[in-house]
Amino acid sequence: METLKAEHISFGYNSKNMVLNDINFTMDNSMILGLFGDSGSGKSTFCKILTGFIDSYKGNVLLNNKSIENGFNPIQLIYQHPEKIMNPRWNMGDILKESWNPSEKILNEFGIKREWFNRYPSELSGGELQRFSILRALNPKTKFIIADEITTMLDAVTQVQIWDSLLKYAKKYNIGVLVVSHDDKLLNKITDRTILLDDLNKQ
Amino acid sequence: MFKNKKNNKPWFLYHANLRVKTLFIIIVASLILISIFLSNFFINPNTALTTDFSNINQAPSFEHIFGTDWMGRDMFVRTILGLGISIGVGAFASVISTIIAIILGSLSSVNSVADEFVASVIDLFGSIPHILLIILISISCGGGFYGVILGVGLTHWTPLARVLRAEIKKIKTTEFIKLSEQLGKSKWWIIKKHIFPLVISQIIVGVILMFPHAIMHEASISFLGFGLSPHEPAIGIILAEAMGYLSTGAWWLAFYPGLSLLFIVLLFDLIGENVHKLLNPQTTNT
Repeated sequence: METLKAEHISFGYNSKNMVLNDINFTMDNSMILGLFGDSGSGKSTFCKILTGFIDSYKGNVLLNNKSIENGFNPIQLIYQHPEKIMNPRWNMGDILKESWNPSEKILNEFGIKREWFNRYPSELSGGELQRFSILRALNPKTKFIIADEITTMLDAVTQVQIWDSLLKYAKKYNIGVLVVSHDDKLLNKITDRTILLDDLNKQ
Repeated sequence: MFKNKKNNKPWFLYHANLRVKTLFIIIVASLILISIFLSNFFINPNTALTTDFSNINQAPSFEHIFGTDWMGRDMFVRTILGLGISIGVGAFASVISTIIAIILGSLSSVNSVADEFVASVIDLFGSIPHILLIILISISCGGGFYGVILGVGLTHWTPLARVLRAEIKKIKTTEFIKLSEQLGKSKWWIIKKHIFPLVISQIIVGVILMFPHAIMHEASISFLGFGLSPHEPAIGIILAEAMGYLSTGAWWLAFYPGLSLLFIVLLFDLIGENVHKLLNPQTTNT
């Protein structure tokens, strides 16, 4: 059993105005947890702190009660905008292989076609890019996935497909998923339990 | 549409797309420059530039299309040789400048102290008048061909270094670099695979656009007498000599060499702009 723990996390983009104040949070890899918050409540900031994208915060992020080592980060973030986390001059094959090289079966489960590998990020649609971005985060060494509004810009059909394949994969390989959204219907449908960011955040 | 293309064979360029036209301009301009540079090796200055006192100060004619000078030498041959030297100086100086710019540009991304240091060095070199610095470096390096190359090379890296510094900073804050770090990639791997391919187009364009500056400055310090030695057929020397004969009405001594220098500079500029168009198509029309 792997646990992800955040202790006394505080962060503000300037010192007068704290976005996050003394947040304590725990989850383990058997659950699909939902995190709900309004726009601007600091959801994305919290996600970036958990996954190491922001490192000037106060407090600790612990994996199995140990701080996270350098090298591959077992807590991976999936971003709201897949085009931002892809080098525009790389083709999709290289982008995916920067993390790992999934088998044909996994590619099929995520609805990714081999012929897309030679294209550049600007030549794929948002849904197709997001599939790549999710699969890239699902490296065999990944223990936790932080999914930050990953399907907000997609239509209902694509949302269902993407969540279906992501959650199946996570259950199979025991990856904990933190689903961050301001869509409470989506959270009710797919998560085991939902917590409110405002309850954690002691403003 | 297609019918038009086939029927107008001699005018195919008129109907070609922008990419073909751009490539065509680059190839033609490069061929002209390369042939001028290579002609330097095929013309023997000792036989081609013989003094002929029966033929001094001739106006342009079909025999001597750029006229002749006060020693009866053919001005066309002198101009071509001078342009060859200018291109050579420009090439060496650009290589030196580019190396300095790349080193300083990458150094600036190490940490904030190094960055501050690089910014100050760029500002320092930018604040001294160019031509003064070139003359000082050139004289202290012993003058001549190598003095000019060092003088021009050590002063022309500031714009490229500034661009590279800004560009690297911008790329380093992008999300895909941060993600790459989270995927456990080393700093060196990120520089090699992510940052370098994104700045290489800036470097190529920067080098080509450095040529015109280097050539102009070489000509100006030779004109002032601090550059190449007077026996070399450099454009600056030709123009300086021509000054004494302009009042006697020998306008061709300065007009054609000056025009050719301008032509070469414009050709380099044209190549630079068009290579930029090819490498960064999305910023072309902005």
